[in-house]
Amino acid sequence: MMEIGLNHYLVLSTILFAIGLLGVMRRRNLLMLFFATEILLNSVNIAFAAISHFYGDLSGQMFAFFVIAIAASEVAVGLGLLVVWFKRSGSIDLETLKSMRG
Amino acid sequence: MFEAIAFYLFAFLTTVMFIITVMSKHALYSMTALAAGMIFISAFFFMLGADFLGAVQIIVYTGAVMALYAFGMMFFDSTRELKEKTTPSLLVFGLGGMAALLTVIIVAAPIVSGNITAAYPIVEGVGNTQAVGMVLFTKYLIPFEVAAVMLLVAMISGIVLAGKKMDVSLTLVEDDETSRLDTEKEKATS
Repeated sequence: MMEIGLNHYLVLSTILFAIGLLGVMRRRNLLMLFFATEILLNSVNIAFAAISHFYGDLSGQMFAFFVIAIAASEVAVGLGLLVVWFKRSGSIDLETLKSMRG
Repeated sequence: MFEAIAFYLFAFLTTVMFIITVMSKHALYSMTALAAGMIFISAFFFMLGADFLGAVQIIVYTGAVMALYAFGMMFFDSTRELKEKTTPSLLVFGLGGMAALLTVIIVAAPIVSGNITAAYPIVEGVGNTQAVGMVLFTKYLIPFEVAAVMLLVAMISGIVLAGKKMDVSLTLVEDDETSRLDTEKEKATS
């Protein structure tokens, strides 16, 4: 209980990932969907850093760096697209994206 | 002892902050809670001995990403209360959870069964930043360069998408159509 091991970090990472997944499923605003995606990426980063520490391998930290880089570029491109879409439709709700009624 | 206290404290704080992010009805509360959660996550990186990663987490996430979100929210109607899905489909929840669980099992099963050894062991006698640099600029040099090019491409695309002709719509609407929409909007407001 008092000794913090790898499993503690992995369980925490799983809990945070579940919170992010819940957010992705219940949110309707596209900006809030981006926030939930950030939570997902961060929870995986915790798992990477923990495994890197407990196995004495730096590859996990390297992958966490690349995940952070990808998250930064995702935000830049995603917000640009979101601004364009908001100018076009006046709303960033998911329902406005349903242009093809199948 | 202190590590356990710090772990449980920050685990509780991070979980609460992210639950607020997911559940809050106001976009501004949600964004502030997300920024706080990012800072609390960097505490885990410091506890795990990944000092450089913790510093990068604070600088990139709360310095760059959250600032970008804050600027982006100026474009949107962020004071309005968010509407949520009124009828959460149980089928979607169940199938989504099953798919996530299946993916984890598929990916994790070969890893759990095999013996895990360190491919690039942490070098003894140097700090974390130096060890990260030694691995990043030898084994991971090509991905590092590719990530740099990807960030450049993302920056250019962000500028092109959001920065050109800030007052009117672009890329999807023709020029004459834009002017027509503007006159219609002026008629509607007057």
